[in-house]
Amino acid sequence: MRRRWITAAAIGLAGMLALAACGGGGDSSGDGGQGGAARKRVEVFSWWTGPGEADGLKAMRQIFERQNPNYTFFDAAVAGGSGDQARALLASKLQANQPPDTFQGHAGAELQGYIKAGKLEPLDFLYDELKLREVFPEQLVEQITVDDHIYSVPVNIHRSNVLWYNPGVLKEAGVSGPPKTIEEFIGALEKVKQTGKIPLSIGSQWTQVHLLESVLLGTLGTERYNALWTASADWSSSDITKALENFKTIMSYAGTPQEDWQPAAKQVADGEAAFNVMGDWVYGYFVNPPDGGLGKTAKQDFDWAPAPGTDGTFMWLSDSFTLPKGAPNRDGAIAWLKVAASKEGQDAFNPLKGSIPARKDADKSLYKDYLAYSLEQWASNRLAGSIQHGVVANDAWRSAINDAVGLFLQDQDVAKLQQALVDAAKNSGQ
Amino acid sequence: MTAKTASVRARMPRWLPGLLLVSPSIVAIAVFVYGMLGWNFKVALSDQHDEVSEGSFVGLENFINIWQETRWILSVQHAIVFTVVFVGGALVLGWFLAFLMEKGIKGEGGFRAIYLFPMAISFIATGVVWRWLMNSATGERAVGLNALFRFLGLDFLQWQWFRDPDWGMAAMAIPAIWQMSGYVMALFLAGFRGVPEELREAARVDGCNEWQVYRWVILPHLRPVTLAALIILGHISLKVFDLIVSVSGKQIITDVPAIFMWTAVYDAHDPAKGATIAGYIVLSVAIFVVPYLIWNARREKRK
Repeated sequence: MRRRWITAAAIGLAGMLALAACGGGGDSSGDGGQGGAARKRVEVFSWWTGPGEADGLKAMRQIFERQNPNYTFFDAAVAGGSGDQARALLASKLQANQPPDTFQGHAGAELQGYIKAGKLEPLDFLYDELKLREVFPEQLVEQITVDDHIYSVPVNIHRSNVLWYNPGVLKEAGVSGPPKTIEEFIGALEKVKQTGKIPLSIGSQWTQVHLLESVLLGTLGTERYNALWTASADWSSSDITKALENFKTIMSYAGTPQEDWQPAAKQVADGEAAFNVMGDWVYGYFVNPPDGGLGKTAKQDFDWAPAPGTDGTFMWLSDSFTLPKGAPNRDGAIAWLKVAASKEGQDAFNPLKGSIPARKDADKSLYKDYLAYSLEQWASNRLAGSIQHGVVANDAWRSAINDAVGLFLQDQDVAKLQQALVDAAKNSGQ
Repeated sequence: MTAKTASVRARMPRWLPGLLLVSPSIVAIAVFVYGMLGWNFKVALSDQHDEVSEGSFVGLENFINIWQETRWILSVQHAIVFTVVFVGGALVLGWFLAFLMEKGIKGEGGFRAIYLFPMAISFIATGVVWRWLMNSATGERAVGLNALFRFLGLDFLQWQWFRDPDWGMAAMAIPAIWQMSGYVMALFLAGFRGVPEELREAARVDGCNEWQVYRWVILPHLRPVTLAALIILGHISLKVFDLIVSVSGKQIITDVPAIFMWTAVYDAHDPAKGATIAGYIVLSVAIFVVPYLIWNARREKRK
């Protein structure tokens, strides 16, 4: 009897030791080469897994590991374009109070939910220490400030209001150049339709919301568009009706919806469609070598212009990193944020990702072709924030706008769409 | 020592070891199924419309208000169309395959395996493949099944599949039918085989032709199998999520309650609304399953 007890105790103890050993292994990936000091890991959560973006992340990681030999970088990226899957996982992690050390989020209203829930630490101290308020454009700092605090470090800037077009198809249809206004755009769409090509290529539902934001900006103009996101906004006004009518007309020229933005953009590059309105991540997709990109030549196979009626305005969105409250390795996270905010980090990341740095002092020689154009526009244009990419509307609002557009695509009823948008603005709690 | 063990055994009631054996699963089910269900309904009956607030009890308000939402009505309509087409299609096709098999064809084992294979695939994988097959481009740009139709000269059969505004959900049911009809076939085949040969013989002796044997002898015997298949397919259909996500993502055009629940919780950050939809899904499945369980229990008792 006694012997059996001893055996049981021994097995139990061994099990506990094994568990403890496993538990210990998770915290620090021990590295004997560093004079016996364990390197602490920094968990960086993002949705950069695709070609280009993953390369950019790797370049930033190399800088981070060079500058911080006592930390190891742990890549906790979750695949899925625009971060839908990643954000769902992140929400559960944050609710369980098990945040990663730092996570990617679109700068702006998308972070509001986390801020309200008290999940994020303000980064004002970092902005003061690194004098970041001076290196980022004033209007950007203003748009990411929530109740006098800043909660994220923007790494890059993308532009949402870009019209991609195929010069060959335009020529064939007798359209002299990219349309400047919405009216010209509709005229050009009609001309292309006569030739039998697809006037406007379109992807899944979110790409149609993406189109709507450019049409809203193009119809309303920058000031009235930006006013939509303030307390005094009037979504029931007649200009909104006009914008939505424009949206309906433009959508009537759209081809069969494709699965996502890539196949929709590809129709333009392949000469099947004339126009596509999409963010400037299209550029990387077009010019990158095959196996990830299409290997096309700018100005020849495709060209770009600001979305109709939005010349002089840069509708921006930005990926940023945050500092969650209760981060297991807070110092490591701050070290990562410093790299993400630095000129060196941003200049390593952005040329590969196909975006421009948020900092004003970037090394211009690294940015060629579209990116050079974009840098120049970013410096001179007025700014407006994107809806679909989390700048101006919080998640609840954005989700309500998506529902409204999705239902509109079914019934084509402009009045109903406008009413749904009025309700969405009212119920957003923003 | 043996005497001691024997005395322990004598003092222990006979039901105790059995109870001890199943108690971990009873506890696990109580916590992780019924406990979570209860928690879900608690959230559904509260006004916790964001992740921060505590939420207080508001009764059935959420359950009533959701009927004012266009998206909810649409997703319920979609779920009904999907269920009718999927359950009906899988039953008819499964029955037909079993009927052919039952007539005794060569290589039955091989056919049975082929028809059953789709069931071994997850809905996600099925969805990805059928997303390519059901590509909505038509005419010269057709790919997938539309390209096949074009190749065969059957251009009039080309359509928008799940992007068709009226019958999109019926198209969405096709992969589900493809996946589940083999399973239904297996059920029916077992049912067919359960009808004793003597009964058929007796019917034939009484002057039934082959059709009448099926109509009056075999089909009545298949009723319990049909009901079981109906329940299994019905509850799969009402909570369908993975198939639709992998075919079309979370677009309104193929919205169903489970997708709406996902966007309510993770995109709109509205736990109460998500829990309400989850509550409706549970209730709709219960409407299917509970009468069946009662009916089954009664039948067992009668036996």
